[in-house]
Amino acid sequence: MSTARYWREIPQRYRLESGKCKKCGKSFIPPRMVCDACGSREFDQVRASDEGTLVSYTVIRVAPGEFSDEAPYAVGIIQLKDGPRLTAQIADCDFDELEIGKKVRIEFRKIYEQGQAGVICYGYKGVLV
Amino acid sequence: MRDVAIIGVGMIKWGELWNKSLRQMFVEAALNAIDDAGTDHIDSMYVGCMTSGVFVGQEHLGSVLSDYLGAKNIPAVRVESACASGGVAVRTAYMDVASGMHDIVLAGGVEKMTDVSGSEATYALATAADREYEAYNGVTFPGLYALIARRHMHEFGTTREQLAHVAVKNHRHGAKNPNAQYPFEISVERVLESVLVADPLRILDCSPITDGAAAVILCPADVASKLSKKPPVKIVGTGHATDTIALHSRKDITWLDAVNKSAQQAYKQAGVKLEDIDVAEVHDCFTIAEICVLEALGLAEKGKGGTAAESGMTALGGKIPVNTSGGLKSKGHPVGATGVAQVCEIVEQLRGDSGERQVKGATAGLTQNMGGSGGSSVVHILKKA
Ligand SMILES: [Zn+2]
Repeated sequence: MSTARYWREIPQRYRLESGKCKKCGKSFIPPRMVCDACGSREFDQVRASDEGTLVSYTVIRVAPGEFSDEAPYAVGIIQLKDGPRLTAQIADCDFDELEIGKKVRIEFRKIYEQGQAGVICYGYKGVLV
Repeated sequence: MRDVAIIGVGMIKWGELWNKSLRQMFVEAALNAIDDAGTDHIDSMYVGCMTSGVFVGQEHLGSVLSDYLGAKNIPAVRVESACASGGVAVRTAYMDVASGMHDIVLAGGVEKMTDVSGSEATYALATAADREYEAYNGVTFPGLYALIARRHMHEFGTTREQLAHVAVKNHRHGAKNPNAQYPFEISVERVLESVLVADPLRILDCSPITDGAAAVILCPADVASKLSKKPPVKIVGTGHATDTIALHSRKDITWLDAVNKSAQQAYKQAGVKLEDIDVAEVHDCFTIAEICVLEALGLAEKGKGGTAAESGMTALGGKIPVNTSGGLKSKGHPVGATGVAQVCEIVEQLRGDSGERQVKGATAGLTQNMGGSGGSSVVHILKKA
């Protein structure tokens, strides 16, 4: 992955920065320029809550190249407390513990390493609480 | 707008076609369609292809393919909407003829997927998801549909067996299709014992990696019977809609809004009721997809799509046979070609040319082709002229 492509996503991947619509209050990760609910173009930059619940989950057993050493691993859709939803890996869990509605906390984690001189990619993962 | 008819369809046998290149597959299917129509020329061409740039390093397909088809200097362009690229090619060709711009228009689709490794193919297909916010975090396409399946099971009580019944039904149909990649029957037990890909989805819930192409020829309806000896079939309704690129951005991840919206447009234009549809080809890239699509089309109640295949309603001989071709599951899924091949199947059904898999007396049919996890959908309604 090119450095520029990686760096411009850092605020939302490292710090969960979201864009909160000034007009209707809907929040987005990553931030957007136009609110899909009300059409407003004005947003506040807000750090999203790191608490959420599991909307759905799966265990990836056939992974793309950059994740092939990690498989099997769990992935879920997480509803954050203050609005936005994320797709993220659910780290350090026993797959049998996964359940829709379970509480999840977002943590800063390594996502994958790109061999040789490539970037080490970081971001968010969920952990069951 | 002019009324539009389809006067030619062309398929090739799909599979792992190591001895055939992208351009070769396309030209074969296109020539089959041209010969079926009996036309000596085409005025313009649209090619559905998802990601030839990633799969074979070739873009600029409009020129490559019109050149190799011997259709020099015609306007030709590739259109892309991930796995719905083929459906969009047909719709664009429809608009070209309907508008009066061109008379004889070819809509084709092609994908060459087996020149790369399985993990490279997984990467290529993930370009249809949100690259930076889904794929970046390790979710695959089977993974996205697994998230939908898990939620559908949780909310509506859909069972693992019901998912398997979709694959079993489509393989039973595909076993009667000589162009299918996997023309054999499977059992519920075999699906349930097959290897897990993304829980709860197993390998036999997933459509395969396929090389293939398909093509159709469109023309104004009022000259169709003069141009072709085959019984003409009219496109009486078309619809196209988009939805959020990321699955997680949708309030209800089990509801395919783009499918519903594109279907509503097509029903309205066609002026048909759901009861009038005799046969349908829908986007069963995964077993759960067929279930959710039936609900969004209105062929099953919301949350009840799981019972459709299990009860026999969508099987040949049932109330509304779905995926008589074998669907993506058994016929194969060369992504850009899929939406065009769906139209080929319905045209043959309405002509009465479907042999062992013929739906008796079919006069109206529907196709539904979907991109990504439901980020786009195209619906066509076809009627015997
Ligand atoms: Zn707003």
